[in-house]
Amino acid sequence: MDAFLHQLFSGLANGAVYASLALAVVMIYRSTHVVNFSQGEMAMFSTFFAWWMITSGVPYWFAFAITVTVSFFVGMAIERVIVRPVERAPVLAMVTVCVAMLVIFNSVAGWIFTYSIRSFPSPFPSEPLFGNPYVSSHQLGMMGMTLLMVVLLYLFFRYTRIGLAMRAVAENPESSRLAGIRVGWMLALGWGLAAAIGAVTGMMVAPILYLDPNMMIGVLIYALASALVGGIDNPFGAVIGGIMVGVVETLAGAYVVGTELRLSVALIIIVGVLLIKPTGMFGKTFITRV
Amino acid sequence: MNGAEMTETGMARQDEVRYFGLTERTWKTIGLVVLLVGVFALPFVLSSYRVFQFNLVLVYAIVLLGLNILTGYNGQISLGHGAFYAIGAYTAAIMMHHLGIPYWVTVPVAGVVCFVSGFLFGLPALRLRGHHLALATFALGVAMPQLLKYKHLEDWTGGVQGIVIQKPDAPAGLPISADQWLYLFTLVITIAMFWFAYNLLRGRVGRALVAIRDHPIAADAMGVNSAMYKSLAFGVSALYTGVGGALGAIVVQFVAPDSFAAFLSIGFFVGIVAGGLASISGAVYGALFVQFVPNIADQISRAAPWAIYGIVLLLFVYLMPTGVAGMVRKLGGKLAKWGRTGPG
Repeated sequence: MDAFLHQLFSGLANGAVYASLALAVVMIYRSTHVVNFSQGEMAMFSTFFAWWMITSGVPYWFAFAITVTVSFFVGMAIERVIVRPVERAPVLAMVTVCVAMLVIFNSVAGWIFTYSIRSFPSPFPSEPLFGNPYVSSHQLGMMGMTLLMVVLLYLFFRYTRIGLAMRAVAENPESSRLAGIRVGWMLALGWGLAAAIGAVTGMMVAPILYLDPNMMIGVLIYALASALVGGIDNPFGAVIGGIMVGVVETLAGAYVVGTELRLSVALIIIVGVLLIKPTGMFGKTFITRV
Repeated sequence: MNGAEMTETGMARQDEVRYFGLTERTWKTIGLVVLLVGVFALPFVLSSYRVFQFNLVLVYAIVLLGLNILTGYNGQISLGHGAFYAIGAYTAAIMMHHLGIPYWVTVPVAGVVCFVSGFLFGLPALRLRGHHLALATFALGVAMPQLLKYKHLEDWTGGVQGIVIQKPDAPAGLPISADQWLYLFTLVITIAMFWFAYNLLRGRVGRALVAIRDHPIAADAMGVNSAMYKSLAFGVSALYTGVGGALGAIVVQFVAPDSFAAFLSIGFFVGIVAGGLASISGAVYGALFVQFVPNIADQISRAAPWAIYGIVLLLFVYLMPTGVAGMVRKLGGKLAKWGRTGPG
């Protein structure tokens, strides 16, 4: 039972990480209908940036804040400069651009920071909170951080003018433009938010996975699976999906298929969801008209 | 049509369009003959390491042609073709190493195995379009190395260690080295595969694939059986990739799970975008690109090839969406306009 609870909590903690990267994927998908394959690599790059600051002597939370801010603006810049020219191009062009960014971020990180594996500090205490035997403080911290981001995003989308405008653009860009909303900037804001959320994910997961340029590829696959389970255009669904995928993947890895086939669980989830209910649990159904 | 028939019967017509004094048909024949003589002479003038490199170019050309049938002609985006390449490679390696079957038998078998797996993966993929298909295939590509390491298959796959294959010798009596023989063997298969693809794509099937890509609803309305053509495209594409994988395994003499990581699939994708989407000759340009650009870039830094891949992808998307093949076509058109004589 002890071992099971241990696995369950570690699944929940993994789920929190998948949920937060899935949140980033959803941010972009619901505004521009693009699956951003480079989301994980962008997060990895932000984490390297934070690592570089921390090793140069900047205090953790200060480096954290700077990294999130810089990632936000870089994300916006990416939308404005790289994504915008192919906004109306066929899907293939969009996928190509995302793959190109994946490759560029990965190799530039390898170029600047080398491929050696580095440890990344955790901001949370090393002994477990409340003396519980099942879950470490860092795991609890990851869950808390995801929860915090979800609450902040909810407040942002529900109670601010810009949040409302972003929702309007996701719903109907043409009418939003007629209503005087700067659609282009709202899309850029979506990319900025996604990059910032991704940066937080990267910094939360790096103490566990260790930092190297290929750190996020596996996490990205789980995050994509999570986003699909929850419905790829629904932030709330992404979080539920992330936690479900985290628990299923960890328990299946521990008791069913063995740890070395855990990525295949993600593959099965992705193909399964796309086949049985492509819109996920909370996604919207789209109807194509001739 | 008429002009071509007349030339064949030897009656040169005065009012025919000529480029630098020769007809288009003659130019094409000359080009093809020069190309064939060139590729067959290659192994006899280059060092054995270069022959090995060009052998891999042929392998990649087959793979990229297969991926192009699916992504370029049919519009189904695959970011996971490395998985089919791996299946082909492992089929060949297991047959040669464990069952002692001669190498030339393994190539068609790998093709059939991959056709079946591609067709089966293509059936569920029928429901997926655009980003979702890219996503599912990407997951397939990332998960593949783990599947190959699976411990209950270790007796066959060799686990993390992989399988080492013996290099096949040239048939007794032929005065050529093993490398030269392997190159010629690959070359003949490559030519056959290209000839088959050319005939497949220029006819009814090719038109159906392009129609499905450009306007699926209109294609359905015209009576094209979309489901059948799409899963068939997946199967044929995987067949090409599997044949390439088998040949690649024999050429490299080694298979291991980590040579088939997610980045292999992305490399293939880079190859078709750089070479030229929906173009048969594009597969060759793409193969040359994938084989030689990393070689040159490697001298700068280990990360440089992929940085260059990424930048090249962006440049092609923005500036030259038709790839190298499109560029060559454009230059050829300009040249033809310049040297054109005759009516019209």
